[in-house]
Amino acid sequence: MQDRDDVLAELICPAGTPAALRTAVDAGADAVYCGLQNATNARNFPGLNFTPDELAEAVRYAHARGVKVLLALNTYPPAGKVALWREAADLGARLGVDAFIVADMGVADYIARTHPSVRLHLSVQAAASSPEAIRYYCEHFRVKRVVLPRILTIPEIRAIRREIPCEIETFIFGNHGLMVEGRCSLTNYLTGQSTNMDGVCSPASAVEYIRHPDGTMSAMLAGFTIDRFGADDKAGYPTICKGRYQAPHRPEGYYAFEEPISLNLSRLLPDLISAGVHAFKIEGRQRSKSYVRNVVASFRKAVDDIRAGRPANIVDLIALTEGQKETQGAFETKKWR
Amino acid sequence: MAANITIGPIPYHWPAAIKLEFYRRMAEEPAIDEIYLGEVICSKRAPYFDNHLPDVTANLMAAGKTVILSSLAEVMLPRERKATSDLAALDDIELECNNAAALYARGRRPHRIGPFMNAYNEATIAFMADQGATHICLPSELPAPSIAIAAAAARALGLGVEVQVFGRASLAVSARCYHARAHRRTKDNCQFVCEDDPDGMPLTSQNGTPFLRVNGIQTQSESYIDLLAELDDLDKLGITHFRLSPQMVDMAGVARVYRARATRSISIEDAGQQLRALCGATPFSNGFYHGVAGYQSVPDLAAG
Repeated sequence: MQDRDDVLAELICPAGTPAALRTAVDAGADAVYCGLQNATNARNFPGLNFTPDELAEAVRYAHARGVKVLLALNTYPPAGKVALWREAADLGARLGVDAFIVADMGVADYIARTHPSVRLHLSVQAAASSPEAIRYYCEHFRVKRVVLPRILTIPEIRAIRREIPCEIETFIFGNHGLMVEGRCSLTNYLTGQSTNMDGVCSPASAVEYIRHPDGTMSAMLAGFTIDRFGADDKAGYPTICKGRYQAPHRPEGYYAFEEPISLNLSRLLPDLISAGVHAFKIEGRQRSKSYVRNVVASFRKAVDDIRAGRPANIVDLIALTEGQKETQGAFETKKWR
Repeated sequence: MAANITIGPIPYHWPAAIKLEFYRRMAEEPAIDEIYLGEVICSKRAPYFDNHLPDVTANLMAAGKTVILSSLAEVMLPRERKATSDLAALDDIELECNNAAALYARGRRPHRIGPFMNAYNEATIAFMADQGATHICLPSELPAPSIAIAAAAARALGLGVEVQVFGRASLAVSARCYHARAHRRTKDNCQFVCEDDPDGMPLTSQNGTPFLRVNGIQTQSESYIDLLAELDDLDKLGITHFRLSPQMVDMAGVARVYRARATRSISIEDAGQQLRALCGATPFSNGFYHGVAGYQSVPDLAAG
């Protein structure tokens, strides 16, 4: 177990593109995380991610500025396609990435055997939410850090910290997934593309907006109405777990899983640090450069203030959600569940 | 030799009396070889049936069935951690692990790998076998070409390989209880409202299509997976166990249809008609197997 003075409150920032990576590095990231342009990572979206050459340049750029690069290999290879993940790991090791973020036991086992000098971080996609599950990955694959599922309260995180031999990383800001990551086939059920195997969630290629004669708008995914908006409402993106559906007791239609809402734990940063969280992750590899710049710079300042014992100006952080609804999710209270 | 027919763990919060009657019928049904017991979805439900488990297990074994205890899919709270380690400590009965916490507690002692363990590929299966796994239930979203490779790898290592061929697919689990949410409650104050929906609570999209089912923290498919027409192929791929996930239908009848088809004593068409007669209007799907959207029902190409 590590002592409290090891806690550095590293800021782990999204890099969906080479430009976003440079932006995050320049804005004060301690580490950036990124993926290759294929199914080996859970943000396999058109126009995102890195070619091998871009990754090589990204590692040079980040390392020259003392920033770490974490390569996400956090999907589950379907049988017969394992080689793609192994090649990605070999490439990352050759280019000198600082850690791999993994979920699949076969991928973790391969890296632990083949590239034992590269750190392994356990992805949130592995859904390790108990000390026993985390220790399993630590003992078998020498995992050095676990990214905790967004389902735990701060007292629960504090308790886990005392029982595991690795660092903890938690999400603090951005899109707020509702389902246990790595256990969700909703997208595959509607679209034929798998979150676990293809790195795809509610893909844009399956999205359609239909304006009705009364002015209302349906947001569709693969022909299913995920939500319907009034003529004056801003139509949201049809993510399956953020849709409005009808149930026998809710004939009016309701957000059956969660409202479209952003996670923002800026108010809880000091508590998370004192609970022993080693690294804070900002979600958003699909976000713009300006978004990355604003969010990273704001959290950089807040974390530095907290480290230095100054009160953080959380007003700026709260403003980042730009009027969107935000939540502290499960972190604040188990009533969320 | 035809594959074994298994009955998966009951995913729903059926009252104890219903479960007891269900397992009494399963014990009597010759078409069924193996039965998974235990609460997999919600640890709050477990106390309602835990003290019946020893008798049910004994009765099923006396009837010649293999019994396996399944562990929780989600392990987070102290009671879930304890339930998982207690289960893993049992030595006189097979265990199906559905969470890495169960693998940790089990160590290298023999165990089965459940469908929540994400055994997607040959590398993962080889690792799991090396750690003492004797049997793998593949994820239900795995398409046929990957099933073929995963099954060959597992068979070469001497493992049993299982595929869910009937019943709603598990599409997601969450820390939040969506049954409680639908009734404006929280998980801690759910009052076990999930008991009102013994085949899941339907969610209907706003263009009127029922497409998902809520079962506590679990989200399931509206459709029942039906791989009757694919059983021959699965058999050829080396699948050793066909899993039927319990629904609120005549499961003994369902098992007889699958057994008849697995032994080729009935045509695909007749089996399909019999299954339809048992399942009312619930849609069937096989999209995951055929590599298309899971809800879809791809016509049997071999029969065409």
